[in-house]
Amino acid sequence: MRALAPIAVVVALLAAVPLVTASNLVLNFLVVALLTALVGQGWNLLGGYGGQYSFGHAAFFGTGAYATAILQVRYGVNAWLGFAVGIAAGAAVGAIIGALSFRSGLKGSYFALVTLAFAEVLRIIASVAPITGAGVGTLIKLDLRPEALQFQSRVPFYWIILGLVAVSLVIMRMIEDSRFGAYLLALRENEDAAKALGVNTTLIKLGAMTVSAAIAAAGGCFYAQYFLFVDAGIAYGSWISIAALLAPIVGGAGTVFGPLLGALVVKTLGEATKLVAGDAPGLDLVIYGCVLILIVAFAPSGIAGLLRGAFQRFAAVKSLRPGQPHG
Amino acid sequence: MLSPAILVPAVFNGLMTGAVYALIALGLTLIYGVLHIINFAHGALLTAAMFAAFFAYKLLGLDPYLAAVPLTVLFFGLGYALQRFVIGLAGHGDDRNILLITLGLAIVIENALLVAFRADTRTINLPYAFDVIEIGTAFLAVPRVIAFAVVILVALALWLFMRWTDTGKAIRAVAKEKLGAELSGIDVGHIYAVTFGLGTACVAVAACLLIPTYYVNPTAGNAFVLIAFTIVVLGGMGSVVGALVSGLFVGVVESLSGLYLGESLGQIGIFVMFILVLLFRPSGLFGERA
Amino acid sequence: MAEPLLRVDGVSKRFGGLLAVDNVSLDVQSGRITALIGPNGAGKTTLFAMISGFLTPSMGRIYHRGDDITGVPPYRLARRGITRTFQIVRPFAGLTVHENIAIGAHLSRRSRAAARDAAAQIAQLVGLVEMLDKPAASLTVAGRKRLELARALATEPAVLLLDEVLAGLNPTELAAMVPTIRAVTDRGITIVMIEHVMQAVMSLAQYVYVLAEGHILTEGSPQEVVGDARVIEAYLGRGAAARLNAVGAVHG
Repeated sequence: MRALAPIAVVVALLAAVPLVTASNLVLNFLVVALLTALVGQGWNLLGGYGGQYSFGHAAFFGTGAYATAILQVRYGVNAWLGFAVGIAAGAAVGAIIGALSFRSGLKGSYFALVTLAFAEVLRIIASVAPITGAGVGTLIKLDLRPEALQFQSRVPFYWIILGLVAVSLVIMRMIEDSRFGAYLLALRENEDAAKALGVNTTLIKLGAMTVSAAIAAAGGCFYAQYFLFVDAGIAYGSWISIAALLAPIVGGAGTVFGPLLGALVVKTLGEATKLVAGDAPGLDLVIYGCVLILIVAFAPSGIAGLLRGAFQRFAAVKSLRPGQPHG
Repeated sequence: MLSPAILVPAVFNGLMTGAVYALIALGLTLIYGVLHIINFAHGALLTAAMFAAFFAYKLLGLDPYLAAVPLTVLFFGLGYALQRFVIGLAGHGDDRNILLITLGLAIVIENALLVAFRADTRTINLPYAFDVIEIGTAFLAVPRVIAFAVVILVALALWLFMRWTDTGKAIRAVAKEKLGAELSGIDVGHIYAVTFGLGTACVAVAACLLIPTYYVNPTAGNAFVLIAFTIVVLGGMGSVVGALVSGLFVGVVESLSGLYLGESLGQIGIFVMFILVLLFRPSGLFGERA
Repeated sequence: MAEPLLRVDGVSKRFGGLLAVDNVSLDVQSGRITALIGPNGAGKTTLFAMISGFLTPSMGRIYHRGDDITGVPPYRLARRGITRTFQIVRPFAGLTVHENIAIGAHLSRRSRAAARDAAAQIAQLVGLVEMLDKPAASLTVAGRKRLELARALATEPAVLLLDEVLAGLNPTELAAMVPTIRAVTDRGITIVMIEHVMQAVMSLAQYVYVLAEGHILTEGSPQEVVGDARVIEAYLGRGAAARLNAVGAVHG
């Protein structure tokens, strides 16, 4: 329980935001940042902890978004139920892609390539299939009732996405403390050595991929409810696959708070860019691409790594103060 | 439906398109065979080259086939610099890092083009773009025939380069046995950069061959590059012959399936083929067993 | 003679045109230290890879306690009690020494705390207690070899396959490592070791197999094998035995 204290503190602080400000600008910014953090959290489990870099997390995000949208629009399913089914659908897609990829022994760049390809296939199918509305997309009817998971004010949405992020943080902490988590780290560091020590690496990777996909799908379901519109480019586009990996890498891959930290930083950077240089399409992505390269080049452990390093140096200096025994 | 009058031109067209695909794939497989990295920035570089060819024509009046010469040199230099000063340094030699760096480059280049030139689709109108050559029952578009011929020449030139020049031999040495090459005094960092430069130069030539008949916009390169990836895994990562043969093969398959299945299904077909090869035979038809 | 714990029966491995292992049969008796020696390229590591499930034999079968384990994947063999170390050490570089060993201990323990406790005890046995909280990447070669051993021991194996665990150690480090290995046997663990360090083979092994060019050249006690002319020739080249004989240095 003590291990969950930092998470509780952070979540409490964030939860207090709507009580302090009524600004739609701030709330909207935070909602989008938290959504990015959620999808990034999913990516982080597979990529940061497991070392398997997916370039196609859109496949899970989009499946969640479309599943919940289509179920509501075409089959009249309740929005909350649709949300749950969307998560399950995303997890299922993750399990399938994972099973195919890992049983074939794909890793590294090949794995990244195949995930990219799967996401693209889904995007093309979604852009022509009648059930998704093809090129036109799927529009969820405005129905501002809690039963339909829609709200007049942004605040309930904010608390929902915050809640989802909080759950994902707790999940990551629990995984960190489990044998599954230990095995995941081991196979990231050296897969053969892990196998020799009794780790069923294929199964562990598959488990990580499925949970990772479920978390990303939850993000997709939320997106559908918040923006009420889904099309192939939104659901399965490269923008979300990039966001999914950018947040954890910038914040610190393989850490619990990395994706949240990274999402806040990246989104702030995006807003700052808009303020300074205007709204040209693609400009924010140029900045993001540069950030990715710079982080990998100079701070591969992300911001969390930089903070940890600074803290350690600070602690080392402190322990050398005159009059204090050191060592 | 299957009459020779329809099939034969379709096959010819497929071969000519396939030749350009093969050239793009050649650049990819060269980079993989020597540096052992999958260059995710290949598509963005192709798009950049296509824009360069476009503006060479629009602003300088340079015919694309002539522009190919300065552009090839320019993009060779760009590729060299990217590998030497960005990828090689920022990657710290770690596979996962290099993966992210090439992705980062792809994002930067593609979106910089988007910012600079917006999403509009542009084309050039060459006076002879629609001229045809007659071979039997087939009417072959002149730009495509030229493209086919150029690709054969480039492939030949590359082969001779690899065989007879010192740098070419050094490249082959590094591809086969990096440590040994290093110990023999070869500057591996330089060779890596030269190889990346060559791969990028291939893309520049391909761009000049494509621009007479294709449009250009910031995402144009991606479509070609996914096909190139399929060709590379089909032909075997690192296999030059494999890239050429499967390039032609994929070109013909695309032409024939476009004839009978329509465009979207054709695209999905290529992806599915790509995924299946990755899953079941990632070493490809010609590559070494993984 | 008792039923062997591990039996390799007519195993061969072909890589394209290369026959790396050629019809090798050997028995490993429980509780003993069996050594596998031979010049480089003889196929010893390939044989290990097949016994530990990393490679499948092209021909032949491998038995553990009478059960056919040919082609069983490594993680299942580890659960059976067969664990290997690697010739080129593979530490989990981003983890601490303690976490590294704990991974092995997790094989029979779910809880993190239990695994850590077991790992600390193994570290005692192997002499890594001071290094527990250091990152594995910061260890010296000798330290990494000990870590490799510790991790494998943490899985509580019945059979431990050591692949050149003594390679690259200086005489002091060697002198320290040999008793550690003997301590492992004292716990009842059967060891099969690939080794080049002859003095260690002489002092540790009870039975030796000599592999050359993929097949078994000879087998026997360390004394029998090391004096054998054919073994000397395998290592030092044709005619070496005769030359040494002329100096009165060899028998047989």
